[in-house]
Amino acid sequence: MAKNLGGFLLLVLAISICEAASIFQPISDSHRSAALELFTPADESFGSLEEAYEALRTFEILGIQGKPDISTSSCQSVSETLVSSSSTTNGLFHALKVNRILKCKIDEEIFQGIASRLKAVVNDGNSLLDFYYSIGSLVLVKDQTSGVDVLLGDANGIFRSIKALSQSDGRWRFSSNNPESSTYAAGLALEALAGVVSLASSDIDHSLIVTLKNDIVKLFDSLEKYDDGSVYFDEKLVDAHEHQGPLSTTSSVVRGLTAFASVISGSINLPGDKILGLAKFFLGIGIPGNSKDFFNQIDSLACLESNRVYVPLILSLPATVLSLTKKDQLKVKVNTVLGSSAPPLAVKLVRAFISGSKDSSVIKTQELKFDPENAVHFLDVLPKSIDVGTYVFVFEIVLHDSVDKEVYTTGGQTQVPIFVTGIIKIDNAEIAVLDSDLGSIETQTKLDLARENAALLSANHLQKLRLSFQLTTPRGKFFKPHQAFLKLRHETKVEHIFVVGNSGKQFEIILDFLGLVEKFFYLSGRYDIQLTVGDAIMENSVLRAVGHVELDLPEAPEKAPQPPAPHVDPYSRYGPKAEITHIFRTPEKRPPRELSLAFLGLTLLPFVGFLIGLLHFGVNLKNFPTSAVPATFAILFHIGIAAVLLLYVLFWLKLDLFTTLKTLGFLGAFLMFVGHRILSHLASTSAKLKSA
Amino acid sequence: MARSTSKDAQALFHSFRSAYAATPTNLKIIDLYVGFAVFTALIQIAYIAIVGSFPFNSFLSGLLSCIGTAVLAVCLRIQVNRENKEFKDLPPERAFADFVLCNLVLHLVIMNFLG
Repeated sequence: MAKNLGGFLLLVLAISICEAASIFQPISDSHRSAALELFTPADESFGSLEEAYEALRTFEILGIQGKPDISTSSCQSVSETLVSSSSTTNGLFHALKVNRILKCKIDEEIFQGIASRLKAVVNDGNSLLDFYYSIGSLVLVKDQTSGVDVLLGDANGIFRSIKALSQSDGRWRFSSNNPESSTYAAGLALEALAGVVSLASSDIDHSLIVTLKNDIVKLFDSLEKYDDGSVYFDEKLVDAHEHQGPLSTTSSVVRGLTAFASVISGSINLPGDKILGLAKFFLGIGIPGNSKDFFNQIDSLACLESNRVYVPLILSLPATVLSLTKKDQLKVKVNTVLGSSAPPLAVKLVRAFISGSKDSSVIKTQELKFDPENAVHFLDVLPKSIDVGTYVFVFEIVLHDSVDKEVYTTGGQTQVPIFVTGIIKIDNAEIAVLDSDLGSIETQTKLDLARENAALLSANHLQKLRLSFQLTTPRGKFFKPHQAFLKLRHETKVEHIFVVGNSGKQFEIILDFLGLVEKFFYLSGRYDIQLTVGDAIMENSVLRAVGHVELDLPEAPEKAPQPPAPHVDPYSRYGPKAEITHIFRTPEKRPPRELSLAFLGLTLLPFVGFLIGLLHFGVNLKNFPTSAVPATFAILFHIGIAAVLLLYVLFWLKLDLFTTLKTLGFLGAFLMFVGHRILSHLASTSAKLKSA
Repeated sequence: MARSTSKDAQALFHSFRSAYAATPTNLKIIDLYVGFAVFTALIQIAYIAIVGSFPFNSFLSGLLSCIGTAVLAVCLRIQVNRENKEFKDLPPERAFADFVLCNLVLHLVIMNFLG
């Protein structure tokens, strides 16, 4: 008996090291309201039949009524797709899926036409997606109408051609050209093979089924796991073309597995823990944010709800925080993943221990009572050995009917963190001022920490301040809280915080001001005293002003550290900063306008003087040529010079150097030519005069 | 002593005046032009002494145009002067053409620097 118990404890210890304590909730009404929000299309109809199917299937599983006008628009696109001869198998597949839910009125002839098309695709198909969509559509046609012949003649051959795309590790390739394999494809393949089995006119070879079962077991070897016990499939190769995340890969495999398990006789050799782990993965997502993930989660959970491998049962607690003051009861619910009721079973509280400790259980194993009205297992009253604190309760589900053990999986023992809160009694609180040497009490005041106190004390630097109190739990035991602080705040808002420690059962702090003088920055005056006692499981945490103490400290010496600057309002750091005014370069002092204009006039004066001087000399134009050609050249010469000077004026006023130089080039060339002609003419005439 | 120096100065001045009357008219015209250019420069210097040197580039431009054209006129006078043996073979029209060309180039640079 002792050996068994010892072995049992070791096993439980091993499990507690491997698995963290966590809790999963089955699908509830919050999922239903989220589904209504996510799946309602913006306009009257859905974008595609695939989206319509996802929405309708989710509503179907969750038991939500869809809007009727959406049904009519979806039915219309369904019939259009089924009638049209250019629809792809993909389109037919989704149209038939929608029709299964909506049950639109479709003629049997249309089904006949579709069935013959699909059979042709099945026989000619060579890629996994061809097989998947065509076989899936044929299965749907078989369910929706009885008069059409959908049975496959060469079921064995089709089974083999799908199986040929598989790999040794249990994954599948999409086609024989593509060497990359994926787990998502494995899920699709399993669904397609399940369809082949259900559509076979004669029985499939038993050896093929057995090989496939082994492949499934190998596929499940590639499961990945999280610490809380959930398991999932993930793709190893990140295919940039269409990466399926863990959720869609795992849902694909779950659909394939449950579809296959439902059509074959016999069982697949998979442990129940893996199925439960898959259920935990889907439930652990919570409420997904987009419609595709939501559909994948809900559809996979619906497949797991009633599958032929193992049906997972989820143990959940409506509340994990129990209050001793309110005398809360421990309640446990056991449901299937979609929240339906479980078969007859009992829940045992195997052990409970304080979390983080390796002590043995504080309670003995007991069975919870069952309330059939609310379908809740509960414990009347918490055992006396449960005091306030953080515990881990270990539950075990025991099925009443031994037949159910083959159908349901419960996952052995489940660990759940439980918080037990209560009111902590604070007794014997007192504050005193002691004389340093003798330890005798000068003043002492009793405190009632249930309300604000205003104890007035005074002390000098030779004395000590002592605060003490005791804490007791509801069960009468000693309690050490997370926080026990004493804060002294000076009038200038300088604060000092001290931790209150305990010696045995008494919490006590003694502030020796002789040693603290420098820490207090030599600030004398009135200090406010504030006590904080708090803990997560304490329902009556205390943050109270206890009183004031007038401290008389000596003068600060010269080199004493200054108290820290007053606390800057953190919001001012992000507020607007002071405005910067740019200091522009002061412009130079300009002279008054009149002065500048006066000097302008003065500058023109020498020119006038020049002209007067010329007249005084008797300047004449006698040398100006009189005959026609030289005269024109002379005139053109003067005009050219005037043009260049005008160009310079324009250059100063508005032109830029490039245009000026360009124009100057032309003018200069003209001037050169003209000047040369006139000046050489003048030179020749004067030479003639000289020689003559 | 002062009286003799002033008498010498007066005598110098008279002899200069009489010699100058003999110079040809065209040289006198050039001298007048040089005087006009230098006067304009002096007026600009007086202005800058009063109001300060901002903007400096304009002052330089104006001043150097006066000085430059005066220098070019002096060159023209040297080349045109018939008593100057060095330039006997150079026709005065050619010198005048050089004067005009150099002045135009000078004034282009001046206008660019004027700002």
